[in-house]
Amino acid sequence: MAAFLFVPLVAALVGAAISSFNQPAAFRRFTGIGTSIAILVSGIALSAAALASHVESSVTGLLRADALSSYMLCVIGAVALTATWGGIRGSGTADGGRVYNALICAFLGAMSLAVLADNLGIMWVAIELTTIATAFLVGHARTGRALEAAWKYVILGSVGVAIAFLGIVLLYAATRESGSPTLSWLALDQGHLALNPALVKAAAALAVLGFATKAGLAPMHSWLPDAHSQAPAPVSGLMSGVLLAVAFYAVLRIQSIADAVLGPDLMRGMLAVGGLLSLAVAAALLVGQRDYKRMLAYSSVEHMGLMALGAAAGGVLGLTAVLLHILGHGLTKSSLFVVSGRIQGAEGTTTISNVRGLLARRPGLGVPFLIAMVALLGLPPFSLFFSEVGILIAAWTRGMGWVTAIALVLLLVVFAALARLTARLAFGAPEESESVDSPVDRSSHGPRTPLIIALSVTAVIAFVAVPLGSLLLSAVAVLSGGS
Amino acid sequence: MSDNLYAQLISLTAGTLLLTAALIVWRRSLRACVRLLAIQGIALAGLVAVLGWHERTIELVLVSLLVLGLKAVLLPLVLSRNVLNHDDDREVPRLNPTASLIFAALLTMLAYIVCRPWMGDTDDPTSRAVPIGIALVLIGFLLLITRRRAASQLIGFLVLDNGIATVAFLTATGVPFIVELGASLDVLLVVLILQVLTGRMQVKFGGTDLDDLTELKD
Repeated sequence: MAAFLFVPLVAALVGAAISSFNQPAAFRRFTGIGTSIAILVSGIALSAAALASHVESSVTGLLRADALSSYMLCVIGAVALTATWGGIRGSGTADGGRVYNALICAFLGAMSLAVLADNLGIMWVAIELTTIATAFLVGHARTGRALEAAWKYVILGSVGVAIAFLGIVLLYAATRESGSPTLSWLALDQGHLALNPALVKAAAALAVLGFATKAGLAPMHSWLPDAHSQAPAPVSGLMSGVLLAVAFYAVLRIQSIADAVLGPDLMRGMLAVGGLLSLAVAAALLVGQRDYKRMLAYSSVEHMGLMALGAAAGGVLGLTAVLLHILGHGLTKSSLFVVSGRIQGAEGTTTISNVRGLLARRPGLGVPFLIAMVALLGLPPFSLFFSEVGILIAAWTRGMGWVTAIALVLLLVVFAALARLTARLAFGAPEESESVDSPVDRSSHGPRTPLIIALSVTAVIAFVAVPLGSLLLSAVAVLSGGS
Repeated sequence: MSDNLYAQLISLTAGTLLLTAALIVWRRSLRACVRLLAIQGIALAGLVAVLGWHERTIELVLVSLLVLGLKAVLLPLVLSRNVLNHDDDREVPRLNPTASLIFAALLTMLAYIVCRPWMGDTDDPTSRAVPIGIALVLIGFLLLITRRRAASQLIGFLVLDNGIATVAFLTATGVPFIVELGASLDVLLVVLILQVLTGRMQVKFGGTDLDDLTELKD
């Protein structure tokens, strides 16, 4: 079973190699999907092992898959499958998608390495690699705007993650002071090491600040809407659906180390402030939003803010809800970005007011967009409803009453803004000339199946106690200093 | 090596790091900044070598060679190729040199204040030099914020990175070797990517002034 630790990494390397070297372009289109499937299968296998309380670790001790890592691997696989399968037609470029597909595979491999690494340093290297792999994907369109987005993304992403590295260095210095230098989660998480609290405090604050930049939490979110609106749709889906979540996974791990040494106050304060600021920024910029890709990007800021609030609340309910939210948000958001890419392809614009009446004019695109937006807005039966309620209840019951109250008001604003924009896009009256001439376009402009699967999964996962519920609980146990 | 000599060598290399950072803040010519960055790389490699000699570990000596190759030779070479491609070598920062230098001095003082609770009152020469690493990080930020040209932002990023490396070597005699390798590779790749993006900027906008990047906003 330990072989499954290497399957995602090897699959990504092979995928990247096939994309860049092999002559027949037919294979190239499927490398992303193949890598995603390999990651998903390994994730499921490792989760099964973790549920049988058998934690897989590699010989060198650099890779390790506890319940949390396995769960994150499943999320990466599932979201990546949605994004790559759904976006399979969108990669035709001058070089036959060679660079594009190779970078997608490298990106998936880097994210898998980030969640599988048992070493903080390796995890950091992997997260920095995701920036490197996605830099040219963001700038793929080669326009002035794409270039601007890519520049901001690389500078802010690298500087943010560099700050996190400073935190990791200080943490390493703290373990060195205590006599057993280590960067392993396993050793750090148990809380056996007598670490210097002053050093750990500085280390954890810097590391969380750095990884929060990459996770798109306000006030370090300014790269996010630009990068997500300029990248090709499947890439936006991957970045919004899983890259943010992988960075947030790093925050969760750092939080569990810091809480063991310092108690929960420091991290709770930082995450609550970051969460509320993110909700406020999203609310403020969604109200007057005119571009539907930027709308989806700001909605990601909002959801990351919610997850930060859940992590600040902590406890079994809070953390379980956060982990469920990661999966639900990933699947929903990647479907939405895939559909938005198709809308952009069909309509040639990302301005909401130019697209109006999508449901009547292009039901093949309007229906999936509307269903996914309903899921994103957090209406039942979609899992985002249950995880949002879980996060809010956890925050309320764990002594964050004021924070919860403010968050509720901001969420209401976000809900109203998103609902209004969606209604305009889906139902708004089409312009006179168009409604007369053009016939109704029923084509879905790409494969329907991945969207159907992703949204159905989002609709039912909240009700699946076994095995998902047990996996989530053991993942939460990992964060609470168990295993 | 006697303790006295060790302490002096640590102070010499750390002092050179801070001096080069201050000079980078002061100079406006990009070429001069790249040369200063190379000197800073040599100082960092020297610091690692001194630590390695003192601790008698081969690994650190290897790391110092890696640092020398990457930060004193390879990265400045990559940067200078880009700078030499343009005739326009001048940076027009948002702050004038005097104000920048005052800010750099304030940031250095801030670094010493911030470090006091962690470091305590030790006589250990390495612990006493840690604030210089933090000062480098802060000065890197200053450069990132106040400079307009793409190449200067790259230089700011590298000063920041040098600062983090300095803290790493002084507090923990460096991170594990495999992490050090990965981190070096990452920095190299980031610089290469930013270099390619700078080239595209040159073609697209006819210059590398980052004030041209204002199309995306809400």
